[in-house]
Amino acid sequence: MRIILPIPDFPSESGDGTAVAPPSSLTFPPAMRFFEYEAREIVKREGIPVTDYGFVTTADEAREVAARIGGSTVIKSQVLTGGRMKAGGVQFADTPDEAAQHAENILKLEINGHMPRGVLVDPKAAVKQEYYAGVVWDGIRKKPVMLFSDMGGIDIEEVAEKHPDHVGRGHFSNLTEPPEFLAKEVIAQTGVTGSQLQRATPILARLARLFVKYDMTLAEINPLVELEDGKFVALDAHMDMENEARPRQKAILKDLGVADEETREAREATEFEIAGEAVDGMDHRGVAGNVTEFDGNLGLVIGAGGGSLTLFDAVRKYGGKPANYCEIGGNPSVAKACGLAKLVLSKPGVDKIAVMMSIVSNTRVDIVARGVIKACLELNMDPAEKIAIFRIPGAWEDEGYKILDKYGVEYCDRSVSMHQAAKRAVEKIQGDVPTGAAA
Amino acid sequence: MSILLTENTTFIVQGITGREAVNLTRECLDYGVGAKIVGGVTPGRKGREVHGVPVFDTVAQAVAHHGSPIDGSVVTVPPAFTKDAVLEALEHDIKLIVIVTERIPRRDVAQMVERANEKGARIIGPNCLGLIVPDVIKMGGIGGPAKDAAKAYTPGSIGVMSRSGGMTTEISSTLTAAGLGQSTAVSIGGDAIIGSTYAELMPLFEADEETQAIVIYTEPGGRMEAELANWVTENQSRLPIVAFMAGKFMDEMPGMSFGHAGTIVEGKADTAAEKIVRLREAGIAVAEEIAEIPGLVKDLIGEKVAS
Repeated sequence: MRIILPIPDFPSESGDGTAVAPPSSLTFPPAMRFFEYEAREIVKREGIPVTDYGFVTTADEAREVAARIGGSTVIKSQVLTGGRMKAGGVQFADTPDEAAQHAENILKLEINGHMPRGVLVDPKAAVKQEYYAGVVWDGIRKKPVMLFSDMGGIDIEEVAEKHPDHVGRGHFSNLTEPPEFLAKEVIAQTGVTGSQLQRATPILARLARLFVKYDMTLAEINPLVELEDGKFVALDAHMDMENEARPRQKAILKDLGVADEETREAREATEFEIAGEAVDGMDHRGVAGNVTEFDGNLGLVIGAGGGSLTLFDAVRKYGGKPANYCEIGGNPSVAKACGLAKLVLSKPGVDKIAVMMSIVSNTRVDIVARGVIKACLELNMDPAEKIAIFRIPGAWEDEGYKILDKYGVEYCDRSVSMHQAAKRAVEKIQGDVPTGAAA
Repeated sequence: MSILLTENTTFIVQGITGREAVNLTRECLDYGVGAKIVGGVTPGRKGREVHGVPVFDTVAQAVAHHGSPIDGSVVTVPPAFTKDAVLEALEHDIKLIVIVTERIPRRDVAQMVERANEKGARIIGPNCLGLIVPDVIKMGGIGGPAKDAAKAYTPGSIGVMSRSGGMTTEISSTLTAAGLGQSTAVSIGGDAIIGSTYAELMPLFEADEETQAIVIYTEPGGRMEAELANWVTENQSRLPIVAFMAGKFMDEMPGMSFGHAGTIVEGKADTAAEKIVRLREAGIAVAEEIAEIPGLVKDLIGEKVAS
């Protein structure tokens, strides 16, 4: 079952409104985050030592794992959000019964709008020293970079700011396997030497290799700990996999039990957004992508990528309240344009729609015009009244304008800027000007 | 003049028999003086023709048929096959590769770019529409069919670079309407890792005598704008730059920033607001709306002339 969250507006000036995070497809870079228990499984299978932990979904299972481990344990909520320690999602237990009690509480504890997938029962480690090991992309150098710090357990960002000499880094080539000596050099930059250097080196090198192998955008072990007996173990791990690579990473995803449809977005998709995906899946012509719900009254049928970003800003700049975001383009069929327009027009609270794009060269203006008019007619709505503005200049525009003329829909060509078109739509929905008046 | 392309540039289209590639080939042949598309490559389709362009199984066959080195390639094959197609083109000494394909994992992009650097070649894209020298040549789907491209693009002195293919045309059309033509317009691609960033193309525009100003379209995410700001500051560029930033609303949505580790590698200039500050600090004018761009460009060119 999907949990449908209410869709708030943007945060208000006073800060009392709460905004929800967008789907990860709208974020940059788009990536899928793994739960801690999955990330630990990944490091384990790549030869990085971990503790003898257990992932469970009930209090009874937590008791069993704690009994097997013996001694003190840590019960950790498995949620895809930060701040779980602060929220009470991490608890320490001395007995199996205590572990079960904590598990029961944590399994019911919502953190930042997320319910946990389960809990991790981990032996309480006798920690001598905490380290940080990470690998991330450098988009400017266009290479991955290994990171290491002898100050683990806290945000690496904070360490880099306050103690830059405690962060080692080293870029590596995309064309050869990341070499072990580079891992050694990166660790040595922080002053770590002796057996610690020798133990940490293969761990950082393996982390770099798994980063490449599994198309991660981020692979972190924080903390990587040295135990009292001198052994190194990964005590927590954070991994993000690039969405684009999921088709070729099916094997590992299957092993971890991650289903194809599991998007791991920052929040669950709403019914409206799921319906948007269904519209996109209607046929293979063009895209109606990134349909995202907001709670305004002006429905948007906008495109394409950059055009949508520009137009959404423009609507807000002129005081408009968008009911949704979307990116339509790539020469959609009449059915797809119609489907998206119908979805937006049927959304509760939507008074009018604005159909706007940057100049199109591939998408046909007449086909989009046909689609949005068809949507109005099928819903027994008057296109002239419901379509606040149609601003799509470009390929087949004359044919499109003829259709729009026929139904009395207000449109403009490229001489009217995207911002002016958005302004016009906002004015019409706010009733500042009579419908149909010249812009 | 122009950057990267001239009327004599020869190129091939890899994946030429795909539906979009067939259209793209037609558009490029029709535009300007007519692109010199000397061949197409689709494995297993040797012997066919696409709008009169001979199709080969391999890049090697296309080069052999042409009889001399080929300058460029437009790559429009599915994401899973793109890397191999680009490596094939690089192996046969093609020096300008435009990757149209979207959704390529960045490991593949990074490998292609690193190999291109070794071979002294340049990649534009991926996830881009290519580049155009108005009234002369276009390489890629940029601007669409020849008659539509002719409406938006006119020859002139403004260099355009954009992370959005569609907005390259919107901005150029706005410049054209204001009497400002373009020297070359480049759709650089919207991905996290791309072959040629703003800063990497700046020296080419700098060396092009015809170019008098630059207009860029930018979005949140990544460090390319900060890299450009650094380049401008360090190189005392002769070219005034006007930027337009889209996606400001994304700053108000949580969950938009890089992870911590990404931040310490690439720096914090990631949100729209941070990028605008960084660009302005470097003396780059940031337009609030597209329609303001021509006025800002004219003012800045005027200042240069006056000083």
